[in-house]
Amino acid sequence: MEILAMHISNGIINGPVAAVFAAFALAVLTLCVLRGRRDLDDRLAPMAGLVAAFIFAVQMLNFPILTAGVSGHLLGGALAALLVGPWVGALCVAVVLVVQALVFGDGGVAMLGLNVTNMAILGTAAAYLLIALLLRVLPRTPAGLAVTAFVSALVSVVVASQGFVLQYWLGGTTDLGNNLTGLAGTMAGVHLLIGIGEGLITATTVLTVAKVRPDLVYALRALEPVAPATRVPVAGSAR
Amino acid sequence: MTKRNWGFLLGGLLVALLLAGVVSNYASSHPDGLDSSLLTGCTVNADGEITGGSCPAQRAEDHELADSPLADYGIRGMDNRFLSTGLSGVLGVLLTFALGGGLFWLARRRGPAGTDPAGTGTDPAGRDTGPAGHDAGQGAARAGSAG
Repeated sequence: MEILAMHISNGIINGPVAAVFAAFALAVLTLCVLRGRRDLDDRLAPMAGLVAAFIFAVQMLNFPILTAGVSGHLLGGALAALLVGPWVGALCVAVVLVVQALVFGDGGVAMLGLNVTNMAILGTAAAYLLIALLLRVLPRTPAGLAVTAFVSALVSVVVASQGFVLQYWLGGTTDLGNNLTGLAGTMAGVHLLIGIGEGLITATTVLTVAKVRPDLVYALRALEPVAPATRVPVAGSAR
Repeated sequence: MTKRNWGFLLGGLLVALLLAGVVSNYASSHPDGLDSSLLTGCTVNADGEITGGSCPAQRAEDHELADSPLADYGIRGMDNRFLSTGLSGVLGVLLTFALGGGLFWLARRRGPAGTDPAGTGTDPAGRDTGPAGHDAGQGAARAGSAG
């Protein structure tokens, strides 16, 4: 057992299920490349590289959570979706997971499809659906953006954790004797606490970027509020 | 890329390098949410090895690349843990930026619609590309049949 491993290790999920999720992840990431190209211009491409590098850095910063002896770390799906959009955002998280698996020995290479599905795909998709909803109904103020970032990040972490539960149900290597709900509850509870940390980090980072360069926040560019007349610029425009 | 954009990029990279290179040494070393959930039901010794019981993690196997020079976020053979962790973090940030930035640069959209020479931030193609249910579904089906 590796105490430093942060993602699904080899042997936790059986080979066939891991292979199915690898194929699924590859198909969705291909779609992300096709759709993401519309967003990727000369300016967004290097920014997306920065987002990936930043997520890698912050994932190293395990923070303690209220439960004794347990830590959490950023997954990054909500942060990426807010800054560079859902398609490129999912690719950013996937790049981080690939580097971690192939270079840092974190997350089995055979388990890469499972990890990508949970954190890059499910986490980012859940986050962006909430971001699209909340940014349209909440006021365009720093507070509105902060709430959007916090809530979408928190929920995305719990959704990602339940992706693992589904995978364990399909191909877990240890018979839990019908105690899958126990695993689901443990995962949801601990990731709810981790989600608070994820929400705080995501909100702080996005608010900082929005203050310095609001034009670099994808979600603020792409998502128009329902009633444009009430639109208030977020923070002090740098221009 | 304008001067301002380069400035933001370099500033952001610097923050990432500081977080991964220095702050990472103060990170919690407790198992994370996934690891601890998977160990529920097992007893574990001080090294994190399973000593008994039954839990989802009991059949965990070694990583394929457990012997790689940067495995476990450290530099192989470097005794100073602070430097080892920090340097591996710095290398990871640079590698992730190079790989991600490089791939995104190669995949980027070229042509008139993608140019924003003034760097005004008004994305000419700024539109909602949210994963609208039916649209994404069709796309997934397409990608699936092609794969």
